[in-house]
Amino acid sequence: MGKWTRRGVLSAGVLGGTGLVIGIAVRPGNPTETAGHLVAGEGENLLHIYLKIDGDNRATAILPHSEMGQGAQTALTQMLAEEMDADWDLMRFEEAPANAEYANMAVGRGYLFKGVDFPDAVVPTVDGLMLNLADALGMQITGGSMSIRTTGQYFLRAAGASVREMLVKTASKAWGVPESEIRTAKSMLHHDSSGRSAPYSEFAAAAAEMTPSSTPKLKKTSDFSVIGQSKPRHDIPSKVDGTAMFAMDVKRPGMVYAAVKRTPVAGGTLRRVDDSAARAMKGVIDVVKVGSSSAAGLVGTYSAGDTIAVVADSYWRAEKALAALKLEWNTGGKERVSSESIFEQFDRDITAGVDRANDVALGDATTAFDSAATVLTADYRVPYLAHTCMEPPNATAEVSADRAEIWVGCQNPLGFRQHLAANLGLDIEQVTLHNYFMGGGFGRKSNADYALQAAMIARQVGRPVQMVYSRAEDIKQDFYRPAVQSRFKAGLDADGKLVAWQNTYVDKHEPVEAPLIPYAVAAQDIGHVASPTHVPFGAWRSVDHSQHGFFTESFVDEAAHAAGRDPYEFRAEMLKDKPRLLAVLNRVAKEADWGRPMEEGRGRGISLQESFGSIVGQVVEVTVSGGKTWVDRVVAVIDAGYAVSPDGTKAQIESGIIYGLSAAMYGEITIEEGAVAQSSFADYDAIRMHDSPVIETHIINSGAEMGGAGEPGTPGVAPALANAIFDATGKRVRTLPVIKADLRSDAEASPAVAALGA
Amino acid sequence: MTTFTLNGEIRTVDTDPETPVLWVIREQLDLTGTKFGCGMAQCGACTIHVNGRAQRACITPIASLEGASITTIEGLKGDDGSFHALQQAWIDHQVPQCGYCQSGQLMSAAALLADNPNPSDADIDTAMRGNVCRCGMYGRIRSAIKQVAGASFYDAMEGSQNG
Repeated sequence: MGKWTRRGVLSAGVLGGTGLVIGIAVRPGNPTETAGHLVAGEGENLLHIYLKIDGDNRATAILPHSEMGQGAQTALTQMLAEEMDADWDLMRFEEAPANAEYANMAVGRGYLFKGVDFPDAVVPTVDGLMLNLADALGMQITGGSMSIRTTGQYFLRAAGASVREMLVKTASKAWGVPESEIRTAKSMLHHDSSGRSAPYSEFAAAAAEMTPSSTPKLKKTSDFSVIGQSKPRHDIPSKVDGTAMFAMDVKRPGMVYAAVKRTPVAGGTLRRVDDSAARAMKGVIDVVKVGSSSAAGLVGTYSAGDTIAVVADSYWRAEKALAALKLEWNTGGKERVSSESIFEQFDRDITAGVDRANDVALGDATTAFDSAATVLTADYRVPYLAHTCMEPPNATAEVSADRAEIWVGCQNPLGFRQHLAANLGLDIEQVTLHNYFMGGGFGRKSNADYALQAAMIARQVGRPVQMVYSRAEDIKQDFYRPAVQSRFKAGLDADGKLVAWQNTYVDKHEPVEAPLIPYAVAAQDIGHVASPTHVPFGAWRSVDHSQHGFFTESFVDEAAHAAGRDPYEFRAEMLKDKPRLLAVLNRVAKEADWGRPMEEGRGRGISLQESFGSIVGQVVEVTVSGGKTWVDRVVAVIDAGYAVSPDGTKAQIESGIIYGLSAAMYGEITIEEGAVAQSSFADYDAIRMHDSPVIETHIINSGAEMGGAGEPGTPGVAPALANAIFDATGKRVRTLPVIKADLRSDAEASPAVAALGA
Repeated sequence: MTTFTLNGEIRTVDTDPETPVLWVIREQLDLTGTKFGCGMAQCGACTIHVNGRAQRACITPIASLEGASITTIEGLKGDDGSFHALQQAWIDHQVPQCGYCQSGQLMSAAALLADNPNPSDADIDTAMRGNVCRCGMYGRIRSAIKQVAGASFYDAMEGSQNG
């Protein structure tokens, strides 16, 4: 199976009943036999696949998610510690090895069976099924804002509770007292009437012989004492003194360095290389070519074209020699493609509506538009976006005929291992992968192309190689948030009520619900047309929500203004049957003091977006002066069901907002002659200290099913910003980024004033 | 041959004179806390102190450092191994997310406070605008700097003004 999607899995029939009827090897079973050798060291007992306890009563959570800044590892450990009644000071965590035992069955389960409660007897089968599926797909994914709401909620809490149950059972037997009389607290077992106490570690070895229950009794929210606390992140001290290890900090004996350049036009091939000057340069060891490759990624198959690499005894020398190569590339006719031609194509294809597929067809849109008192239309556009992780893609590899070892920071260690094995002609057992902190991921590090490049180079030069992308290479060889055009039509009745909504856009990926609106509009016709380009697509923080949040929440705002209504009240009236969404909207309006008069030149805008199981409302305040926009303040409210680490949740919302704001204000990758034109932070900038707003985040613990936090902050900021700009200037920004819009007032744009500015 | 002081120790290296000091300290001197972010002095991840001033290591040729005193993130702690006040404030405010830019952020902030113990918001903007954080932790960085400076700051965790 290639693309891993809800539709893909379901249509492939994996869940068509046979799996459930036949039953599959169940996980978690007794973990010692299956995973003990992978994670348990001297003196440690593996009580559960996700937990071990050592002789000093220290408990270590083993977590199948990687750390790219989101802090999920600490929050996941809280979830396990809560149910285990562990002493937080005795809790540690480590990342699970890139091994099938730690495939992300929880992610698959959460994705496929969202909100489904299974009878106890069925749970092990479902989990076993998910494990096999996850293993087959190479899933050890950190993405989709999934860690807490799937692995944490379905598995780590159960792991903690089942470990506690086993320890109680073991102590009960040893002490000859009923289980019901044993109390647990702070990693200790107590039998109060006899005055006996023992640390968990005393019974850890005996409990490790047992098979943990998949369906232990979980705590009620009201009994939480660790979940819901803002525990300091364990990784932070190492990130303030330079000791945190990123993949690029790895050094192997005899290691050399590689600088790379991939075909500038995606899909192109290397026609000719003159490397004579480069080879003559000091320190240069070799110049090698890496062929193209493709593989299944997190959100679809990706391909990577030919690469040329210079290997030298220092990275600086490798980079200098790379610049001295004379290269000619085949561009396959794509040299005629530009951003302009791409948007012309989108416009044409939307107008033609060929093979338009519906996401939503509700009511009779044609009739509704015919009888509408007011009809408004608009076209919205967003450009391609790169990820620009602070740590450019890099990997260190040692490859011989029968084994490969790789040091990398990635979002899918198991998937990377499979990808490397397949492309190197090795069995997966012959590939060892060491995963490190990622200096940013945002979706980019879910594609294994960069790890494979390092391995292919290392195999050719026969020694350990550290390959590092230049910033230019990072920007030019990304897998991009797609450029998208979205066409809207809205119908209002004589009372200013929104009665019809039509939307056609290009390029559908995930999540499928991204273009949907939450509002009660009787007639809806939402659909997409295919309009493929050669520009590589990849998951970019919040994926399709990043563009559709901007489109739909901007156009709803247009409808409100066309109806002569307040944009907040206009939305609220259409959410009467959606109390959770309405509560978030009301709260953000209240916290932002919506309706308070603002000074001339200032404005505020509102947005509401549900994504990845969480609901986020935002109010952005701006000052627009001389055509320049300053974002002064962002107020956000998130309902993620229950915030495991409130400060961690806030930090993610702050981060998601700045990431989305960077894109909304400045982000634009353009295509010229088939290739990406940008190459640095100078032409692909981000929000920095001086233009960073104050962000106030408020949390609603509604008790609804848990949602994610890493991505839901991103989609709502661009529309709230554009709506605020409209409030301040009367100008509607329908094409991002904002810096390209002419926001000068008529007076500011007048020749006389413009001359003064010049 | 270039001789300089690195975190209080005298070091001599022999390499191409135009080699940026970033690569010398990472590859030859094994101090990997200073990060490569762009190689063009546009992101600040490689910020170090040269004679007490913040400087981008990725564009500083090693030959320009003869006799200079260099401090990297590894040298920011006190002689007794205790955290610099800014490092502690970074922990208090839970500033780092991915953490990759934070060595550079801290070195820029430390140079600012050494020069100007009571920076205004505008001073902070000027001193820190060369440092990109893609995780977007600017608000927390600003609060942490102000906490060390003894100024009132916005506490993102508590959602209120402090001090």
